[in-house]
Amino acid sequence: MVQIIFIDSTGQSRSVEGDEGATVMETALKNSVPGIEAECGGACACATCHVYVDESWAARLPEAQPMEEDMLDFAFDVRPTSRLSCQIRVSGAIDGLVVHTPERQG
Amino acid sequence: MSDIIKTDALIVGAGPVGLFAVFELGLLDIKAHVLDILPMAGGQCAELYPEKPIYDIPGFPTITGQGLVDNLMKQIEPFHPTFHFNEMVASVEPIGTPEAPAFRVTTDNEQVFETRVLVIAAGGGSFQPKKPPIAGIDAYEGTSVFYAVRKMENFRGRRVLVVGGGDSALDWALNLQKVAERVTLMHRRDAFRAAPHSVNAMRELVAAKQMDFVLGQVTGLTGEGDHLSGAIVRGEDGMTFDLPCNALLPFFGLTMKLGPIADWGLNLHENLISVDTEKFETNEPGIFAVGDINTYPGKLKLILSGFHEVALAAQRAHRYIYPDKKLLFQYTTSSSSLQKKLGVS
Ligand SMILES: Cc1cc2nc3c(=O)[nH]c(=O)nc-3n(C[C@H](O)[C@H](O)[C@H](O)COP(=O)(O)OP(=O)(O)OC[C@H]3O[C@@H](n4cnc5c(N)ncnc54)[C@H](O)[C@@H]3O)c2cc1C
Ligand code: FES
Repeated sequence: MVQIIFIDSTGQSRSVEGDEGATVMETALKNSVPGIEAECGGACACATCHVYVDESWAARLPEAQPMEEDMLDFAFDVRPTSRLSCQIRVSGAIDGLVVHTPERQG
Repeated sequence: MSDIIKTDALIVGAGPVGLFAVFELGLLDIKAHVLDILPMAGGQCAELYPEKPIYDIPGFPTITGQGLVDNLMKQIEPFHPTFHFNEMVASVEPIGTPEAPAFRVTTDNEQVFETRVLVIAAGGGSFQPKKPPIAGIDAYEGTSVFYAVRKMENFRGRRVLVVGGGDSALDWALNLQKVAERVTLMHRRDAFRAAPHSVNAMRELVAAKQMDFVLGQVTGLTGEGDHLSGAIVRGEDGMTFDLPCNALLPFFGLTMKLGPIADWGLNLHENLISVDTEKFETNEPGIFAVGDINTYPGKLKLILSGFHEVALAAQRAHRYIYPDKKLLFQYTTSSSSLQKKLGVS
């Protein structure tokens, strides 16, 4: 089990357990973490699973693929730490990952 | 306003389920018109995942979203459906009786249809432009903020800010450059998903100082009443600055919204239309709801479920349209009359 911490726009933090191989988006939905809509179900086609990776983790994740960068154009208030959570895989390497959910997914 | 169009069946939504409804209705001699707010057929399959493979269409170990749509379009060809794209169904008014239903349906282009049965295959709702969550943006919509261009003339002599990096953003920046006083294209990065020739055309205009390109994101708006005077922009370096403009066009893709369907007097459950599982009919006799838009105990939002639903809905529709004709159950493999309809006999 891998721990993932979601902090919402009001600062409330939720720590949940993710299964290896699942995505961070799926982990959020499975645990009813608010702030992630995932309209397209993880197909990298909607940008409503937008998160900001905590600064402490930003450099430790594999870089976004071009498809994810393209889809981020459809998210709002995109920052250097922006990612689409359906494109981040849960693995031992990201145990303790902290991500912030935006105020709105659009 | 154009003349009223009369039809046996009107299908709202040209997604995979709406398309297959043409087929099942067609086999029962029911002619259909199909409406969609998108400019093309295919619904979610074509708009959201044209290139992605689907693995659970019976008989197709794998097929892409667009591949499925292309096949469906070919399959329904013999029934010559009439498509009306770029049109949203706005209102529905019953004009018949429960035994002999009929409906007057009006679109946002004020086209009026009179139909015997209405098949709502509206999926997750109509695809509509995403609105940026910028405080106060609502006040400017329709006068200074637009999510689509209906008339280029409306932008003549204006200072237009186009935001986005896809084809819509680039196409409109290039088109409006010809009529606007000045066009500024803004995008969060110096890379575009748009067609390379549009990007090149944009870069040439920028180099010739006939258009501006700004790296940044709009964080706020300034203006008075419904008249925009500028955008507050956070630039690449994180610094905020004002960018004067009196028209803003944000292009952030599409999202699905239930839209006007909520006002048609149908029983809804969590934004989905409640139907029975025998005929997939709503509380209004003659109005069917099929595919992702409907709900019933055990509902699965799968394409194959939608296909099953339209077959059953068509049976009931036949009874409304041909009350005196007995419906024989037939196979397309062996029925010469069905094969004649399909043009294969
Ligand atoms: C990324 C992704 C992957 C998927 N993978 C699978 C899969 O593997 N297998 C599977 O079975 N399903 C899959 N689905 C689900 C599948 O795409 C849907 O079940 C299917 O598209 C539903 O078809 P539909 O015809 O009911 O609606 P839609 O495809 O949603 O089409 C509805 C259409 O109606 C139009 N419309 C709505 N309201 C109006 C109105 N008022 N006026 C005019 N037009 C209107 C919309 O613009 C839209 O084009 C997937 C979905 C997504 C997003
Ligand atoms: S869930 Fe749609 S892009 Fe991630």
